[in-house]
Amino acid sequence: MEKFTAHTGVGAPLRRSNVDTDQIIPAVYLKRVTRTGFEDGLFSAWRNDESFVLNQDAYTNATVLVAGPDFGTGSSREHAVWALMDYGFKAVISPRFADIFRGNSGKAGLVAAQVDEDVVEQLWAYLEADPGASITVDLESRTVRAGDLEAPFHIDDYTRWRLLEGLDDVAITLSHDDDISAYEARRPAFKPATLPAR
Amino acid sequence: MGKTLAEKIWDDHVVRSADGEPDLLYIDLHLIHEVTSPQAFDGLRLSGRPVRRPDLTLATEDHNIPTTDLDKPIADLVSRTQVETLRRNAEEFGVRLHPMGDIDQGIVHVVGPQLGLTQPGMTIVCGDSHTSTHGAFGSIAFGIGTSEVEHVLATQSLSQAKPKMMAVEVVGDLPEGSTAKDLILALITQETTGGGQGYIVEYRGDAIRKLSMEARMTICNMSIEWGAKAGLIAPDDTTFDYLQGRPHAPQGEAWDEAVAYWRSLGTDDDAVFDKVVTIDASTITPFVTWGTNPGQGVALSGDVPDPASFEDPNERVAAERALEYMGLTAGTPMRDIAVDTVFIGSCTNGRIEDLRVAASLFEGHKVAEGTRVLVVPGSVRVRLQAEQEGLDVVFKDAGAEWRGAGCSMCLGMNPDQLTPGERSASTSNRNFEGRQGKGGRTHLVSPEVAVATGVLGHLASPADLQQLSKAGA
Ligand code: SF4
Repeated sequence: MEKFTAHTGVGAPLRRSNVDTDQIIPAVYLKRVTRTGFEDGLFSAWRNDESFVLNQDAYTNATVLVAGPDFGTGSSREHAVWALMDYGFKAVISPRFADIFRGNSGKAGLVAAQVDEDVVEQLWAYLEADPGASITVDLESRTVRAGDLEAPFHIDDYTRWRLLEGLDDVAITLSHDDDISAYEARRPAFKPATLPAR
Repeated sequence: MGKTLAEKIWDDHVVRSADGEPDLLYIDLHLIHEVTSPQAFDGLRLSGRPVRRPDLTLATEDHNIPTTDLDKPIADLVSRTQVETLRRNAEEFGVRLHPMGDIDQGIVHVVGPQLGLTQPGMTIVCGDSHTSTHGAFGSIAFGIGTSEVEHVLATQSLSQAKPKMMAVEVVGDLPEGSTAKDLILALITQETTGGGQGYIVEYRGDAIRKLSMEARMTICNMSIEWGAKAGLIAPDDTTFDYLQGRPHAPQGEAWDEAVAYWRSLGTDDDAVFDKVVTIDASTITPFVTWGTNPGQGVALSGDVPDPASFEDPNERVAAERALEYMGLTAGTPMRDIAVDTVFIGSCTNGRIEDLRVAASLFEGHKVAEGTRVLVVPGSVRVRLQAEQEGLDVVFKDAGAEWRGAGCSMCLGMNPDQLTPGERSASTSNRNFEGRQGKGGRTHLVSPEVAVATGVLGHLASPADLQQLSKAGA
């Protein structure tokens, strides 16, 4: 995973709440067995609509998405995060993220920056007044900056640390292999198995 | 201070905890399907890691597979590739797979409980948000993303921050004619789609205790639809009776040892929840959704709401958008909404009890002219059981289609999809825009409402069906 310290890029105002995972990427796009190439499916239904924000020239190179509350609700599909990243997004700003989406973002390297609802309102107003304007998402200091606006965002300490360091989760856990084996040694025998134990 | 059910299970699974880090939790059972696993197996291959515990892992094919022409290869090439990739991965990594054609194939959340693999006091994960279903047995069960699937495959553990604890106190009894599905739909409307965010939710109260295991699964299944990390119900005799004798349930002394542990898991009297919400079951009548998220619901006896009636500006805008997408006008009685397609199935309502109740209501009726009804069992075993009981004959006689097992129109990854503008009454769990096919319009309902709707051609309750029978008699 690449390290993330701060990112500045064009902000896209997505004036919608409850953007669910079926909107971010519909199920028909989930059939790929590789980890890339999901950008086609991103917001595919909405992209048929000319007035949709990402269809406007000013936002062609957007890398920071600013959305309403309850972003990423619904399915566990990490493809939603991959689609956003494949499209070019580095960060999503919202007042509230669905748990699984937030977790997936942290694993895949997309920053899910949680801000107060009025900050989103201000960012929307700022971006709409000046389409194509940039936003900075600073993970080091946990702030978003746009024009004169500077506001803190929330992201948990552990995810922040992993993103800053660009660390692979599996490798971290495998360094605690002894703990896992010790736990396995004391697991009750009545727990079910799908196969005869090795 | 005592502990809640979820805290007890959590604490029993902590492999490692350290200040400033999430807990490392041991995972007792990892369920896998074809859609969210290929990139995880790829990751293992790239890093040269094995599956740590294939004996705690089970795979099935469900999301993509067709429900007709079961003897032919999958026609959609991309779907076929995904299914074949799972078969190759299962083979290479030594994971047990129940593929199409296997008697234990089915929707992953129907298969686990059916095999007796889902037991109280476990931690269960799957790359699927409706993993919450398994909480009905008193386990912590939740959906994970593909990176986490890879993590569990490699380490049989997961690092997780401990969620907060919530109790849903269900007071009063469900009236005759109201179901677990009505209860959970009403609860989500009451609490909104974000209401459970950050919590493990325990469903409590007499009305819950009286529910069958399958009805409890319907409730826990939809925990994720109001944002909860997981939903669970304390195990009791109903749970143990359901489990005893199933292929993977403990036997003999191990059974007694297990039951003793399971009985110790209930929330202590002096445990404290971070939040308590209450819902009065006695006021619940058949409940349906009108909008494009599961929290946009109303009693079937009610009307399509006026967006202006929502105080929260975000909800108001969402309601406006939803009505436009759904092609509905505020003030229209829900019962006047004509439906093209009825889908009975999914991991919410595709089990044998659901099919039994659906068949009993279809008896003596025909599907309305111009309406199609799809009945899709949740697993092959559910299908065979239904056929043994003659339920398939009742469905076919009524004019409904009887299909093979799988997710089917719940998410329309296979050919079972709605066309743009087509309206469905569906026993599944999500009514998102395009969920059942691009442009499709979904109303979430119970199996009872689904059947009445199929017979009358508009959203209707079993009571409306009875009226019809009386009028005809
Ligand atoms: S039936 Fe629907 S909700 Fe359940 S696992 Fe399949 S697609 Fe997901």
